[in-house]
Amino acid sequence: MSASTSSDTYQPKTNLGRVTNFVDTRVGGSSIVKEFGRKIFPDHWSFMFGEVALYTFVILLLSGTFLTLFFDPSMAHTQYDGSYVPLKGVEMSVAYASTLDISFDIRGGLFMRQLHHWSALLFVASVSVHMLRVFFTGAFRRPRELNWLVGCVLLILALAAGFTGYSLPDDLLSGNGLRIIDGVIKAIPLIGTYLSMLIFGGEFPGTAIVGRLYVMHILVVPALILLMIAIHLFMVVIHKHTQYPGPGRTETNVVGFPVGPVYAAKAGGFFFIVFGVVAVIAGNFQILPIWDYGPYDPSPVSAGTQPDWYIGFVDGALRLMPGVLWGFPFEYVIFGGFTLSLNVLLPALVPAGILFGLMFAWPWIERWVTKDTREHHILDRPRNAPFRTATGVAGVIWYCVMWAAASSDLIATHFLVSLNDVTYWLRALFFIGPIIGFIVTRRICLALQRKDREIVLHGRETGRIVRLPHGEFIEVHAPLNDYKLHRLVSFESPEVQPAEPDANGKISGTEKLRGRLSRFFFEDRVAPVTPAELAAAHSHGGHDEVETAESKAEISSR
Amino acid sequence: MGDHSHGSPKSSGTVATAGQSEVEKFQDPGLPPHRPRLADKDPRAEKRAEKQVAILFVISIIGTLLFFVGYFAIRLDETIATLRLQNFLLGMGTAFAMLGIGVGIVHWAKTLMPDHEIAEERHAVRTEEDRVIAETMVTEIIEETGIKRRPLIRNTLLGAMILAPLPAIGILRDLSEDLNPDVLRHTMWDAGVRLTRDPSGTPIKASDVTIGSAFHVIPEGLNEAEHKLEEKAKAVVLLMRLNPEDLHVSPGREDWNYNGIVAYSKICTHVGCPVALYEQQTHHLLCPCHQSTFDLTQECKVIFGPATHALPQLPISVDDEGYLVATSDFHEPVGPSFWERG
Repeated sequence: MSASTSSDTYQPKTNLGRVTNFVDTRVGGSSIVKEFGRKIFPDHWSFMFGEVALYTFVILLLSGTFLTLFFDPSMAHTQYDGSYVPLKGVEMSVAYASTLDISFDIRGGLFMRQLHHWSALLFVASVSVHMLRVFFTGAFRRPRELNWLVGCVLLILALAAGFTGYSLPDDLLSGNGLRIIDGVIKAIPLIGTYLSMLIFGGEFPGTAIVGRLYVMHILVVPALILLMIAIHLFMVVIHKHTQYPGPGRTETNVVGFPVGPVYAAKAGGFFFIVFGVVAVIAGNFQILPIWDYGPYDPSPVSAGTQPDWYIGFVDGALRLMPGVLWGFPFEYVIFGGFTLSLNVLLPALVPAGILFGLMFAWPWIERWVTKDTREHHILDRPRNAPFRTATGVAGVIWYCVMWAAASSDLIATHFLVSLNDVTYWLRALFFIGPIIGFIVTRRICLALQRKDREIVLHGRETGRIVRLPHGEFIEVHAPLNDYKLHRLVSFESPEVQPAEPDANGKISGTEKLRGRLSRFFFEDRVAPVTPAELAAAHSHGGHDEVETAESKAEISSR
Repeated sequence: MGDHSHGSPKSSGTVATAGQSEVEKFQDPGLPPHRPRLADKDPRAEKRAEKQVAILFVISIIGTLLFFVGYFAIRLDETIATLRLQNFLLGMGTAFAMLGIGVGIVHWAKTLMPDHEIAEERHAVRTEEDRVIAETMVTEIIEETGIKRRPLIRNTLLGAMILAPLPAIGILRDLSEDLNPDVLRHTMWDAGVRLTRDPSGTPIKASDVTIGSAFHVIPEGLNEAEHKLEEKAKAVVLLMRLNPEDLHVSPGREDWNYNGIVAYSKICTHVGCPVALYEQQTHHLLCPCHQSTFDLTQECKVIFGPATHALPQLPISVDDEGYLVATSDFHEPVGPSFWERG
């Protein structure tokens, strides 16, 4: 008894207290409640994309578990004998047949398949949008750089989960997708052919690939995703959430609602809302009707085929690459007998490599250029970081050009234009689009910042037109209240940090590059209004509409 | 309104003055005052919100019931329509069940639970003191192992660690029994193998192939082959007939066509999709996956898209009974390029 004296001195009075006491004296649960029970989370609609990602992943686990109960990942040949009449007696793989059974003979099976597939599309989409939110608001800055990396890894894993699942039903569409993958793998120098044969267990298509992808899809990839999500959320707890700028919000506090009860209720309720919305989609909108495509056969192919949206940018890059440009083929026979297929290798690896490489490195690139090593818990409004917003938009445009290229044939048939012209235009946009996007976005950001300055200095437009005694018409501007004012002036506007000599008095090459980048990013900038400027705007001539208009308006409204 | 020059960074001198010191910044007015909601002030509004939440939960219960109606009341027959109806009922049942709970809880939280924003202080992830302790600890631990003082141990361990994972890679060798790239060079086609229709396998008479027509072709005996799909993935052929004067035949291929009937591999030389679209008027073959376009009149040379080399041609002739036959295998590997292709 003497060993448990600490628990004996505390006498719980309620039933809940007795349960708490039991748990706490055995596993020490009260510290968790103390830590999380009233932990503060800031509230903003843009913070919900990450929640959507988490919740769609839960739906994927639930619906996926159901599907594994019935799916048979075997590529053995069989004759279909289920209830879908048009395919009766057709030769197919067991995997395809069991997918048909799930669709036609298992009640609710089709619903679960569609729920699973739609959630998968939404999962990758919400991960992507969540990352865009984090990027454009600068939430990846110190101390959250590592969590940004975890997020990048999660995006790659999400793509892997999607692709491995897409190929499982062994239908015509996914089979052709696998064939493209096989072609890309074979283009890898030196080891490509062996790699292809190892993956497919011999020649394409073989009888091994579905079973191998299945293990990846239901075990390896989801386990890694779960691990990464755990690390991701753990770091969110350590760092506490970022918050948007606003009155009362500083770098040293976090303003929002406590987990219990408001935040937990909202976030928990939101899970059911996400589930409900995906259920509406799955109940009403058909996705991947594999019975229309038929079992995989290397000979037929349907026109206008599309991969799932998230693979589109790679497929589009494959389409954009010219095999022969101005008479020069992008395929060489080198070392007297070995083929190097740059027409496949370049588009398959380079754009994705650049996109993910820049994504992984961006927190450090930005830190290096700005020399800003401080912690940031207040988010940037995208307009207040024109260089970053413009860079992000350039990346998004680059991605979207490749993505659009994956639908080049559908664009051509839908808008009755030449397929070749669509490709030529997209090839041009591939190079010009990001540059135009960068310039236009930066100008828009600077213009919005100037508009903010206007509003701060001259007040907001009220829409009231007043005629002055001498006949002049003016619009009444109302000054902002302190809270709105604070929202518009509380940001930082980084300045050019010119290249500086190091300890030996030399300016190194990288430092010169940094200086040039810094000038490129921050040469054009709009500074926040200072109190002095506001005071000046209120007093000196030409800027006194606020007061004069207000006083005149009062006179005229009497 | 008025003078816009204040927004311009170059003309107004804002660059020099902005954000230099705390004095020049606006004071933070602090959190805005809490604005009470209707339900905070009006007991009737509170009661109303409570009822709305309860109604939403009841809608969820109805949704679950709807799911079971869809599950048990709809008997699946052999029509797609009943399947669609069941799918719709299951979907909408689940949707109402979930949305009822979700919207109900969120409505409850937004109208009835306290909505005071609270500020909490952030803390440094760890104190510098802890960091110093950790650093000395790790240094001591490394010191005690003596790994720095004993390079022999360190280097042999490194060598062992580099080699140790190799079996984990090597053991994957048997993922494929066969690793010889030469299998990619040969197909089922050979001298005398008849061209037959895909997928029925019935042979094709030269007289069946009229000008402008196209046939999807497999080699005779493919349907009975042991590795049918693997063979088919290499051997599928497109057969078309043009006016012989439209064909530009290169030297050495004069006897590869028969009266303007030509056979080309159907596997795209880009990444292997079937080149399934034949534009009769222009004599172009188009791959629907990545739009590589091949000109039939120029021995399927690439004229557009990402492919680099022409579709391989299958030399054909007719046998004694008038059926089309191959006179040999393809003279180059079909399908996408690979390192050993040459």
